[in-house]
Amino acid sequence: MTSPHSSDSRARFRAARFDWASFAGEATTALAALLIIAILLIILGDIILHGLPNLSWRFVSTGTGSDMFDVRQTGILPMVLGTTARVIIMTILVLPAGVATAIYLTEYARLNSPFTRVIRGAVNNLAGVPSIVFGLFGAGFFVRFVGRGLDAALSPHQALTVWGQPALLWASATLAVMTLPVVIVTTEESLRAIPQGLREASLALGASKLETVFKIVLPQAVPGILTGAILAVSRAAGEVAPILFTGAAYYMADLPHSLHDQFMDLGYHVFILSTQAPNIDQTRPLLYTTVLVLLVLTFALNIVAIFVRAAVRRRLRLLQ
Amino acid sequence: MADPQPITVPARPGRFIGQSAAASQKLIHVDRLSLSYGQNQALKEISFNIHERVVTAFIGPSGCGKSTLLRCFNRMNDLIDNVRIDGAVHIAGQDINSPEVDVIELRRRVGMVFQKSNPFPKSIFENVAYGLRLQGVQRLSDLQAAVEQSLRRAALWDEVKDRLATSGLGLSGGQQQRLCIARAIAIKPEILLMDEPASALDPIATARIEELILDLKKEFTIVIVTHNMQQAARISDQTAFFYLGQLIEYGSTGKIFTSPSHKRTEDYVTGRFG
Repeated sequence: MTSPHSSDSRARFRAARFDWASFAGEATTALAALLIIAILLIILGDIILHGLPNLSWRFVSTGTGSDMFDVRQTGILPMVLGTTARVIIMTILVLPAGVATAIYLTEYARLNSPFTRVIRGAVNNLAGVPSIVFGLFGAGFFVRFVGRGLDAALSPHQALTVWGQPALLWASATLAVMTLPVVIVTTEESLRAIPQGLREASLALGASKLETVFKIVLPQAVPGILTGAILAVSRAAGEVAPILFTGAAYYMADLPHSLHDQFMDLGYHVFILSTQAPNIDQTRPLLYTTVLVLLVLTFALNIVAIFVRAAVRRRLRLLQ
Repeated sequence: MADPQPITVPARPGRFIGQSAAASQKLIHVDRLSLSYGQNQALKEISFNIHERVVTAFIGPSGCGKSTLLRCFNRMNDLIDNVRIDGAVHIAGQDINSPEVDVIELRRRVGMVFQKSNPFPKSIFENVAYGLRLQGVQRLSDLQAAVEQSLRRAALWDEVKDRLATSGLGLSGGQQQRLCIARAIAIKPEILLMDEPASALDPIATARIEELILDLKKEFTIVIVTHNMQQAARISDQTAFFYLGQLIEYGSTGKIFTSPSHKRTEDYVTGRFG
């Protein structure tokens, strides 16, 4: 007896066939994605494997000692502190400038007016400038122009050089200029995501535009602003080119104690170790360990910003 | 085909058609007002008066300019680029577009409730206190008294009195809209503009808002934009019908809904177009 289903005289569905083209498509794209993981694992694995054995508390908590190319007795505290300091100062400088620009673009500027378009073009082009160019710009603008100008203004009768030389402040300022676009763009996005109805409600209650920005718009945009800060920190922490001529020192006996001092920097130190060491084989373990510390520090600076953002988001979510 | 039945205006005690308008003073005087966005003319030579302590409804098909006109009364159109306004709006005898008028004070005296409820992502208390804080009220006891009074006035107090510190966004749609009304009346405006305040609400929430409007009428002059003919008939004293940026007909709600002078008004209120 045949089943009642097979007696149906209407057209049958074709049997499923293995589709080689889709399989090839999926396999190729998956391989490309795997490659990303492989590259990351190779970089991290190599550095951890060779860097970890020499990593010790002594290494990160002491100065360079008598031979900064000898892993057994040198330390990298000055570089850790220098990099941390320049990243923090940069964040303090870039956030107000970037947020203010984004507020102008979203809250005040007319959409698509010639002035707005010029600002937007400038932001996009700034994002595409190579970092070595920022380094040269910083040396010319901050160190020579602003720094020497300050010296001339502060002590007009003596030829003192206090600010008119590479310094922690100028390196941080150069990095701030470099990371400005990312802060502007992320802040702008978070400002645009705030419903227009909230601004209108505030204005309709007799708030000025400034009151509306500070009481309604900005509190909502804090997580977005912090995302901008996180991206800026990630970009800036490992950069060497912008600080080459603006503040990083090859060697300093003392830690910097003011904004106009030079500083030693982890990324720059990696460059020195890999190009200036008298004996490459002897320096290699030191190089690995230094690179490991640079990675961990960059990661740690990011983590701090991510935790701050998570805390702010939690507070905002209580109000949603 | 039989003539369409006009919507009947429910009789309400203490009011008969046309009486309230005649008895009260004109508060808003619109004088040959035209408005265009770029090349697009949204309002054409509109002239009429809105009376004190009366509910005036603006009706008309989408895009007829009724919301645009409403937003002229508290100068919300200032926020839009490329707006050109000719003619004048006088409120209490003053041309509100003249440079002598402070737009912030204007907006304090002419409150607004929007189509989409838009509570701030702040606590219920802070939502209502927002306008007062802007005016410099700082004493907590003053704020508490004003917040309670406004929430009671907006028929929301009993539902939220135990959770004033929780977010305004945690309320239901109808409650959010009443919160926005409480927020608007907390600063004691003279005029309350309502731009389709119940269009996003279910019938029960809508009925509550309508009751509230009838109650608020004792204190405020209310101008309401609505797409809902029954709603206009139920709550308004005066009705203005707009079509393609023009004021076609303006008169007592009873007359507009029962014996309109214009064919177009009749077609619209009976639902033949629009």
